[in-house]
Formats: sequence, C-alpha cells, structure tokens
Amino acid sequence: MSHVPIALINARLVDPAAGSETKGGVLVVDGMIAAVGASVTRDQIGSGATIVDCGGDVVSPGLIDMRVFVGEPGAEFRETIATASAAAAAGGVTTIIALPDTHPPIDDPAVVDFLRRRARDTARVRVLPSAALTKGLGGKEIAEYGLLKEAGAIAFTDGFHSIRNSQVMRRAMTYARDFDALVMHYAEDADLAGSGVMNAGELASRLGLGGIPVEAEAVTLDRDMRLVNMIRGRYHAALISTRMSLDVIARARAAGLPVTCGASINHLTLNENDIGHYRTFFKLAPPLRHEDDRRAMVAALADGLLDVIVSDHNPLDVDNKRLPFGEADNGAIGLETMLAAGLRLVHSGDVSLPRLLAAMTINPARILGLPQGRLEKGAPADLIRFDPDEPFVVDAAALHSRSKNTPFEDARLQGRVKLTLVAGDTVHA
Amino acid sequence: MTDISATPPFPHRHLLGIAGLSRLDIETLLDMAEAAAPLSRQVNKKKDTLRGRTQINLFFEASTRTQSSFELAGKRLGADVMNMSVATSSVKKGETLIDTAVTLNAMRPDIIIVRHHQSGAVDLLARKVDCSVVNAGDGSHEHPTQALLDALTIRRHKKRIEGLVVAICGDVLHSRVARSNMILLSALGARVRVIAPSTLLPAGIEQMGVEVYRDMRKGLAGADIVMMLRLQLERMNGAFVPSLREYARFYGLDNDKLALASPDALVMHPGPMNRGVEIDSSVADGPRSLIVEQVEMGVAVRMAVLEALSRHLPNN
Repeated sequence: MSHVPIALINARLVDPAAGSETKGGVLVVDGMIAAVGASVTRDQIGSGATIVDCGGDVVSPGLIDMRVFVGEPGAEFRETIATASAAAAAGGVTTIIALPDTHPPIDDPAVVDFLRRRARDTARVRVLPSAALTKGLGGKEIAEYGLLKEAGAIAFTDGFHSIRNSQVMRRAMTYARDFDALVMHYAEDADLAGSGVMNAGELASRLGLGGIPVEAEAVTLDRDMRLVNMIRGRYHAALISTRMSLDVIARARAAGLPVTCGASINHLTLNENDIGHYRTFFKLAPPLRHEDDRRAMVAALADGLLDVIVSDHNPLDVDNKRLPFGEADNGAIGLETMLAAGLRLVHSGDVSLPRLLAAMTINPARILGLPQGRLEKGAPADLIRFDPDEPFVVDAAALHSRSKNTPFEDARLQGRVKLTLVAGDTVHA
Repeated sequence: MTDISATPPFPHRHLLGIAGLSRLDIETLLDMAEAAAPLSRQVNKKKDTLRGRTQINLFFEASTRTQSSFELAGKRLGADVMNMSVATSSVKKGETLIDTAVTLNAMRPDIIIVRHHQSGAVDLLARKVDCSVVNAGDGSHEHPTQALLDALTIRRHKKRIEGLVVAICGDVLHSRVARSNMILLSALGARVRVIAPSTLLPAGIEQMGVEVYRDMRKGLAGADIVMMLRLQLERMNGAFVPSLREYARFYGLDNDKLALASPDALVMHPGPMNRGVEIDSSVADGPRSLIVEQVEMGVAVRMAVLEALSRHLPNN
C-alpha cells in the first residue's frame, strides 16, 4: 500500500465542488489526497515525493461515468472490463458504473460478486456494478435490492429498458426507498416510441424513417415524477434529451422532489442533423434531437438543472452497426472522448470548465454517495491532468475500446488526457 | 365454566369485528375464554349451553385451524355443527352470497360462522339472516376471534396487555389478523408497532394509531411481544417483495433478530407458518414461542364467543 508520494505541481487546479480554479498542486500519499493548493510546490515537497510538473495543465478529480456497458458477462466480443477500463483511463474516467444489461443480467447477488471480482482482477479504474430494478430486466418483478446492495450494487436501473407497468414502477420505488437505494431510470414510453428509429420531425420524414416524439420521454418521466411525489424515494432520470423533459425535471425540483437527471455527452454535442445520410453510428437511444433541444440541454447544464453527463458508452460491433439505419442497434462508445467532446462546450463559451467537470465528478459522486470526485484533502487520489486547448483528431482505430462505434470518428477535439491516477496509481500516461 | 349471569351482558348479536367493541366487551370475552380454557383439558369436555342449537360453518376460503377450532368449540358447547363445504355447494354453481344467506336462513340455524375472501362480505351476509353471525375472517378486513385468542395468550403470560410493546411484523397490507390485532391491542392500552417493507404496508397506516417501522431490527428493539404474520407465497416472487431469500434475510424472525427484542419477549404466529421464510424453525419451536398455545386458546375464545352470543339467540 505504501507508495512513494506523488506531487502534481504547477497545475491549474479545478475544484468542481467549489466551482473554482486556482494555481497550485496536489500531493498524493498512500492513494489519498494529502494536500491540495498553492502550498504544494517543488520547494515545499522536497525530495520525498515523485514530482510531476504539470506546466500549467489542468488537474482535476478523475471523471465518474454513471452509464457504461462493460460487456461482461456475456458480450465479451463487444467489450471487456479490461478494454473498457483502458478506454476509461485514456479518457480520464476513473470510476465506471456498469450497466446491468448483460448476459446474464446483473439481477442476482452472485453476478454482482462476479463483476466485482472481475473488476478487481482486470480493471485499471474503479468499476462499480449497478443492478437490475426488475428481474431479468423484464419490467415485471422487483429485484432483490437488499441482497444486491449488500453484495455491492451501487444503484438500481433496468439500463436500456424502461419500465412500462406503473404498478411495477411504484413497487420498485417503494421497496427501493426502504433500502435507501437509488433508482436510475431510462424514461421512454415504448408505445409512443413505437417503431421509431430517430427523432420525430421534418428530418425523419424526409429520410423516410419512423420518428420518436419528444413526448415519448416526457410522458414516462411525468409518470415517474408523480410516483416520486407519492413515494419520496431517490430518483435519477438516467438519460434525458429534450427541453420538454427538462421542464418536467424543473417542476419536480421546484416541488422539492428528490430528483436528479443526466444526459449523454452525445445529446449535448450532437443533433439529429449529424445522422446525415443514414449514418448508423449516430443512431442512439434516446435519439439525437433537434438543435433546439440540444441548446436547451446545454443551457440546463450551465444553470445546474442538468446534474450529470455520462458517456452512455455502448460498444457495438460492426455486425450490429453496418446495417440499414432502421435495423442497426442503438448506441455509441464514449468513454475515451467524453471529456474532449465536453470541452467543446467550454470552448464555445456555453459552460464554464468547473461546471462541465462538476457534471462528471462531484455531482455523480454525491448522487451515488461516493467519496471520490473531489479535489480535497482526504479524498481518494483519483486525478487527471489535461491541457484543454491541446488539439487532436480522433482516430477510431486507436481507441482502446474493443468496439469502434464512435460518433466522433475523425472529429477535431481539444483536451487529450495526459495523466490519469486511480488511488494514486498511474493508469494512463 | 363461568356462570354466565355473573359476567356483564355482551350487547351484540353478531361478532363481525373488533371495531365496534368496547374495552369492556373485549375484557368480558377474554374473561369468559379464560374460564373456558380448563374445560378443554378435562376428560369430559362437554357442556350443554348450546344444546339443541344449530351452528353452520360457512367457509368460502380454505381453513384448517379456524374451521376445526369453531367446530370443536360448538360441539363442546353441545351444538349441532354443520360444515358447509363451498367447493361442493351451490356457490360453485354461481349462487350469489345473498341467495346463499337467504337459503341457509330458511333452514333456521342459530349461529353461522363465516369466512369469505371479500372484505365486508360477512357484514353483508349478517344483514340478511335472523341468527347470529361470527366473522371468521373477511378478506383483508378483520379476523376478530384471532385477535381475541392472541390477546388471551398474551394476557396469560404477561398478566397484562396495558403498556406492552407489541410488534406485528410482515404482510400488514393483506392481513386481517393485523387489522384486528391493531384495534384490539390499542384498545387495551398496548403500544402497537408494525414492521414491514413499505410494499406490504397499507396507505395511511401512520394514521391508524400504530408506530411504523421499515427496518425490522429497529422495530424489534424493546418489544415484549413479536407477532409474525404469514406471507402468502404468491406475493413473494417479485410482486410485493423480490424473493423468499430476501424476505427471510430482512424480515424473517430468527434468533439473531429476536435478540434485539426484550429479554423476555414472546413470539406468536397465527399460522400456518412458512418455516424459513417469515420465521425460523429455531424460533418457532423455541422456548419463547407461544404458537401452539395460541391454537389451544383459539378453542377457548371461540367457546366464549359462542356463549356470549347465545344470550341473543332467537326464541331465547
């Protein structure tokens, strides 16, 4: 356990919890942050520590990604915990919340245990399993939240699935509340979404593709808010994409409901026009929306209504993507590009850097009850260093994920991660 | 057995629930039952209080202990007891409850004991007959003789009910036993707690005069009586609780959890038990279990009820 202390000096420290930027350094001792601030300099630290001169680069807490498909168990041809965590480390993500949509699904304490052991043995970053809200992700029977939580499940979600039956959702929320379990729900009314494959509107009509109206998200989200009002359990809207959904969340917040929400980096930086001529790497769930919705989402990030940004990392192999648009699977990888894509919003002046990072660090940490994601003495030394201005072009083939379905292929981004520490250990440099 | 004339008169023609009984009514029945208990331990268990009377046990829901308990109570008081098996009756042919009541009434019974799966059904039947009616359990509403036998069992061991902390644990939502016990024990001055996952608690339970706990370990702290409820197996599998093993882990009574209650806490269960689910065998069969005695007191309580009602029987 006892490593040589590391001092990251001469850095632009971004503290997302405080919303502040200062010059200084971070001293890491035994995997924890031992000191942070202007006092951490080469002169102060002396020779007892490995010194890393950051040359004015940003140092911030490592990112926490609340929505990642890691492929294990059952889909190792798409991703493994090892490859996902390599992608995460390269992208500055130091904590992954794994989705339960695996084969078998994570709906049994033994599978939670399996995932934790695999992560311990093969992952470079922290991998925390979420578990199913309903058995088999079937939307019918509530899962064993008590036993699953004891086994190490961090939160409960049916992942890509939305619970259609309101009585089941009510019971799930009610039972989860007794165990102080966080419910993370993907809200989509399956009947309204129907056979749609992209955002409903003019573009879908021109392309001759079935549309998913924004109401498909809002109707289920509205139902969930009424249930939260009834039950008063913790609820996280896992993935919202529209102005209409933001209005639903805003009303719930104003009423004092214990509700938080997240969005994928894709819905903050891309819109339906990116689909262009049937490009399936931009086929996502929820679908990429109109630019007005994207702008509303960015504004919500800036003003704090949107709590969390996730990669919604969903590795898919070519067989499932190189298909006619209507037949291709939904999803994109994102662990490795989430930060740089997010920095577009900083460079465009829409969002401050601390605010962007808060949505990827302290906010998920608070929602999940994790000690990391903070730049403060005593916190785990999960840290990243990056130059937000350094340009690079995304080379899909060079990405660490086993699948290469990135919507940022050949994109010009800024802000490559230069150093990633997890509990003080260098996992990417 | 007690001289009937020595006890205060029981002012009701039917026993449809604990709600509606005064504290004096309840204590009268308990005193009568206390006096009736020794009779069942004698060689000659017969009395002739109900000689010549006809008692019909009309059970729309399967029952072993309640039906046989009422049957024995009636027979020990000298009544002619008839068991109506709904499985082979006209009810199976689509007869309505009211028609069944009118038909039975025409046969001039003196007492009808009714169990029905619908809350309020016994009350409806009682309004259509001329004899006395005893509720042997209606839906999720009331099971008054169970609450009386529970109270009698507690009183015999603790010598009081006033001031005791009674924790009722399990499927309160669907339990008529829980509802009758909550009313009766509160009326006699006990502090009643209910313990269950929120999915098994009825709405508004906080307004029903009980303390509510979702965490069994907290709810058991300092309890004098731990009253477990049966969980219907069909409610286990993901509908109200996720699984047997999860329920047993968090809401099953084992020695570990029982150690959190009072050092002299006693354990009850209305039966039939799901061993290893809501109650561990080591507790059910252990020295603090009153479960078998509850069954014995069941006969005594039902004799007392029949006796009390007999003073209102027609032609008396």
